[in-house]
Amino acid sequence: MASDHVIEVSGLTKIFGSLAAVDGIDFAVRPGVTSALLGGNGAGKTTTIAMLLGLLLPTSGSIRIFGEDMLRQRYKLLHRMNFSSPYVDLPHRLTVRQNLSVYSHLYRLRDVPRRIRQLASELDLAAVLDRPYGKLSAGQKTRVALAKSLLNAPELLLLDEPTASLDPDTADYVRGYLENYQRTSGATILLASHNMAEVERLCSDVVMLKRGKVVDSGAPDALIARYGLKNLEEVFIDIARRPHEATA
Amino acid sequence: MNGIIQPDVPFSPRRIGAMVLRHIYLLRASWPRVLELIYWPTVQMVLWGFITVFLAQNSSYIAQATGVLLSAVLLWDVLFRGQIGIALVFMEEMYSRNLGHLFVSPLRPYEMVCSLLLMSLLRTLIGVGGAALVAIPFFDYNIFELGLPLIAFFLNLIVMSWAIGLLVAGIVMRYGLGAESIAWVAIFALQPLSGVYYPISVLPGWLQPVAWALPSSHVFEGLRELLFHQTVNATLLLNAAWINVIYLIGGIAIFLGFFHAARQKGLLLHVGE
Repeated sequence: MASDHVIEVSGLTKIFGSLAAVDGIDFAVRPGVTSALLGGNGAGKTTTIAMLLGLLLPTSGSIRIFGEDMLRQRYKLLHRMNFSSPYVDLPHRLTVRQNLSVYSHLYRLRDVPRRIRQLASELDLAAVLDRPYGKLSAGQKTRVALAKSLLNAPELLLLDEPTASLDPDTADYVRGYLENYQRTSGATILLASHNMAEVERLCSDVVMLKRGKVVDSGAPDALIARYGLKNLEEVFIDIARRPHEATA
Repeated sequence: MNGIIQPDVPFSPRRIGAMVLRHIYLLRASWPRVLELIYWPTVQMVLWGFITVFLAQNSSYIAQATGVLLSAVLLWDVLFRGQIGIALVFMEEMYSRNLGHLFVSPLRPYEMVCSLLLMSLLRTLIGVGGAALVAIPFFDYNIFELGLPLIAFFLNLIVMSWAIGLLVAGIVMRYGLGAESIAWVAIFALQPLSGVYYPISVLPGWLQPVAWALPSSHVFEGLRELLFHQTVNATLLLNAAWINVIYLIGGIAIFLGFFHAARQKGLLLHVGE
């Protein structure tokens, strides 16, 4: 059956021992937009992204990506997706070019040198291509990780805190690049972030998580208006401080 | 599907090659890693070589076949280097916190297993092969003169090492780098039972069936038959081979089982101690 959504999550649950890290959530992401998973620490964002990638098996519920069951068609779907996170890394002793080459072959790119040149140019990495990844600055590493996540020109890009621990200039550069990539490629981006200004700038939809449950969702402007607050950060704080289960 | 990538396939030699390439890049960038590959096999070989020189003049057992200790040392290192090769290559991905990236790519776990086996083979050939070459000028002993049986001994030992290496890698994946010391010690539990330096008949009767359940016991018994009696005992080699088939299937199944467990517990994204 054809689907109108790139991601459709239904009744998704992950239980670790007695803790429900993700507790029966439902949400969907439209094609060609940037959406965000928001929530405080321990809300279930990273757990949800890990399940969307198949790195973590759900306790129950379903995940459909591009209309197909993620658990059954994982590798076929991973070919069309990519991921970046500050919590995973690349081999430090390999140069940037070597790292990108290895991943290019894993994604079976047709013309590896050309793609690496193209991304290096777009992400201002040409000067560091032959330097060991471990010797780069945090900003350069973030751009390399972004290049890795764009090697296969993914139709769906999952980003966990894409600008965490970056200086404002580099963070702005990354946001600008993502905006441009989304606009020119028509890709769908789902990101988890604690930076509300970033989410307001990049995202057309947000899903608010709290203690493993979806507590609200919608466009940032609509959420701000619904809560009668000034910006998304105030909405975030309002939801985080409300008693459990209460929503607007 | 965009034009940048080729269609996905369920088994890709190119992906396996990419993983091998990743570790060759690592070896090329780190001479201490290459030195470590050949250092211990060579030190072991030199030590046992001098012991052999001494015992050849003072022991009728060694005098009958002067290469028995050196061959045993070199072949034991095939088992050890093969096993540690798998475990270390896998742990490199954990040290570099790279597993999360690898397993959100289309890399299948069985392709990862293939790359581990290939890297283990390469590392063992460099390490033990280097030591075997050094033995020629040092002790006038050329293990390659064993001929075709050497290939059978080597294959049996490397396959057994893969099975144990995959078991160890699986344990480290499941229980974290806190379990990495198992990689260094696991194989030595089998050394007394493998009859590396003495016949299995030396072991107590109740322990001998356990020893014969190891492919390595058949290999080292076969080695002694070849050196002392100049006969190739095909039964021993075939026994080692079929036991190895069971070991390897078990090793792969356990690794994939631990991989599944790691996905259930979310360990691939948060590796460490």
